[in-house]
Amino acid sequence: MEKGLETTGIPSMEELEKTPGFPSSKRLMEGPVAVIECLQEIPCDPCETACPLGAIEVGKPITNLPELDEDKCTGCGICIPLCPGLAIFVIDYTYSEDEALVTFPYEFLPLPEEDSLVNATDRSGRPLTKGRIVKVLARKQFDRTVVVSIAVLKKYAQRVRGIVLNRGKGE
Amino acid sequence: MRIKKHPILGSLEKKKEVNIVVDGKMLKAIEGEPIASALMANKIITFRKTRITKEPRGYFCGIGLCTDCMMIVNGVPNVRTCITPVTKGMKIETQTV
Amino acid sequence: MLTTDVVVVGGGSAGLAAAIESSKAGAEVLLIDENARPGGQLFKQIHKFFGSRRHYAGIRGFEIGRRLLEEAHKNEVEIKLNTIIFGILGNKIGIVEDKTHAKWLKAKTIIFSCGASEKLISFPGWTLPGVMGAGAAQTIINLHRVLPGSRFLMIGSGNVGLVVSYQILQAGAEVVAIIEALPKIGGYGIHASKIRRAGVQIAVSHTIKEAYGKDKVEAVTIGALDKNMNLVPGSEKRFKVDVICLAVGLKPNIELPLMAGCETMFLANLGGQVPIHDENMETTVEGIYVAGDCAGIEEVSTAIESGRLAGIAVAEKLGYLTKNEAYDVKVNLREVLDELRGGPFGMQRKYAKQQLIRRAAHLKGV
Ligand SMILES: Cc1cc2nc3c(=O)[nH]c(=O)nc-3n(C[C@H](O)[C@H](O)[C@H](O)COP(=O)(O)OP(=O)(O)OC[C@H]3O[C@@H](n4cnc5c(N)ncnc54)[C@H](O)[C@@H]3O)c2cc1C
Ligand code: SF4
Ligand code: SF4
Ligand code: FES
Repeated sequence: MEKGLETTGIPSMEELEKTPGFPSSKRLMEGPVAVIECLQEIPCDPCETACPLGAIEVGKPITNLPELDEDKCTGCGICIPLCPGLAIFVIDYTYSEDEALVTFPYEFLPLPEEDSLVNATDRSGRPLTKGRIVKVLARKQFDRTVVVSIAVLKKYAQRVRGIVLNRGKGE
Repeated sequence: MRIKKHPILGSLEKKKEVNIVVDGKMLKAIEGEPIASALMANKIITFRKTRITKEPRGYFCGIGLCTDCMMIVNGVPNVRTCITPVTKGMKIETQTV
Repeated sequence: MLTTDVVVVGGGSAGLAAAIESSKAGAEVLLIDENARPGGQLFKQIHKFFGSRRHYAGIRGFEIGRRLLEEAHKNEVEIKLNTIIFGILGNKIGIVEDKTHAKWLKAKTIIFSCGASEKLISFPGWTLPGVMGAGAAQTIINLHRVLPGSRFLMIGSGNVGLVVSYQILQAGAEVVAIIEALPKIGGYGIHASKIRRAGVQIAVSHTIKEAYGKDKVEAVTIGALDKNMNLVPGSEKRFKVDVICLAVGLKPNIELPLMAGCETMFLANLGGQVPIHDENMETTVEGIYVAGDCAGIEEVSTAIESGRLAGIAVAEKLGYLTKNEAYDVKVNLREVLDELRGGPFGMQRKYAKQQLIRRAAHLKGV
């Protein structure tokens, strides 16, 4: 079957690299930076004001793709819980010698525990590698979207986009 | 099944529980919730059988339009359970006519 | 008989926005809704809405509803809930209050903002208990906090199918797959990616063949479709599910506009038969307006803006705003609407809306 966002729901690397929200590999190597995986021209713009440094621009018309100013972005992650599409991540390739830190939004229960080892999943939800939960941030202003950071081997950082825990049965 | 914990809606608040009688069996329900919700919380999915072919029907549109969810409530047939709130001691029966 | 300046029928985002604008301009407004609570779609929506910041994007649906309602109260909009409309005769509206008292109201103008309802498809087994509308599932899960089952199949990959699937996972159940008959996912990529990351497959070019079960759904067979939408022999897969959700589209609720004599036209990109309206949201019947999903299936930002537009136009018609006062506001609202209807998804709707407006102009002989 054809690959890509429109047929599978999973953006391909080629599609991602073409979008203005995707930082250059040079910038990625320099430290934490936002990765905006928002690839279609839809009427949406909360990310633009979410960033206190003005590193994201949608402009007019509102259907423009969000553009990242990678030099302004410090990778602080404030924009992550404010994007209703849950489409923004932060990657830090400088986290440790062999690990990168991937930060992503999470809206399921149970929440992961800090320092626990969990299955890190790729964009299709498949477990890819083990990762260590470094931070679980739940803030009132995040309005119930929790921001989770996981350390994984550097070679997986561009593919890890979440975790899988045994989701509770609602009870 | 009741959703007790939810990442967005939080933990289920304590609400007033009442007993209802469904086809002769006593079950717990929450006062004011739609009858359909009380039944599904108790894992009852089949609400009625069609008159002639006796095919099963259940909750379908949820807004009172399709009439699939009709049951006999306190002796009154054709009550749409998706939009009728539970009251204490309500007697609910599967409708087969 | 009571005569009101404006009767707004349907208290979702469009109706609330319309009522607020007319009332602000000085009109006397009565908003009627058949539901026990106002807010329409918004109250069962627990996700953060995409859209424009000006229209509460980034905020969860129920919270948008709460804020609009607060504004409506602040602007002294009278709201009548649990009220059903049984007839419309000229400028008279027959209502039944609290399921018991029937009476007639007189309105100088009417705005229909009665939203949309779910489309259906049928297949062998579709009447089995456990097959339900995605909106019906969402109501029981998010409002009443009851899961109707534990293994769901979602039919349809539009935004509704994608968003409701995500909410089913949040409630603690499993979504076995989302299937889509077309070769492309219907909804936005952001929603599709979010549900994929949670491990749910989206199978395009797939359809449901049959649902099985004795007294309720127990299993389902799906199959692949070829280019001509025929089932590929041998592609069938059978698996266990206990709920099948239908999310195959919404259609505008046009029963009341039809009753009032409004003419409609078929526009697939707006959900089917849509009341013809001009650039003031006025239908082919003078004094009757439409707004929101009722005037074509769109989104919350467009529902709010089209509601405002109708609210302003009505206030102008009734003389609460001068032509000049209304003009600037309306031009601005139309510009915003135009901008919202951009991009590959919005374009189709923009063209469809233009067709409606041209048709209205033609019929009104403008
Ligand atoms: C699952 C889902 C997710 C969505 N997510 C988003 C999103 O993220 N962002 C976004 O912008 N949009 C989203 N939408 C779309 C958005 O919710 C709708 O476009 C918008 O709410 C439409 O508003 P409305 O006022 O036109 O209709 P509604 O909200 O449907 O309101 C209609 C009202 O009319 C009442 N009514 C109907 N018939 C009658 C009658 N005969 N008499 C009296 N009252 C009547 C109803 O009770 C209801 O209150 C989503 C929709 C769904 C279903
Ligand atoms: S990570 Fe921080 S600096 Fe970078 S775009 Fe997001 S909010 Fe702005
Ligand atoms: S807020 Fe998120 S979904 Fe909306 S445009 Fe920005 S990145 Fe895309
Ligand atoms: S489920 Fe359709 S009327 Fe109750």
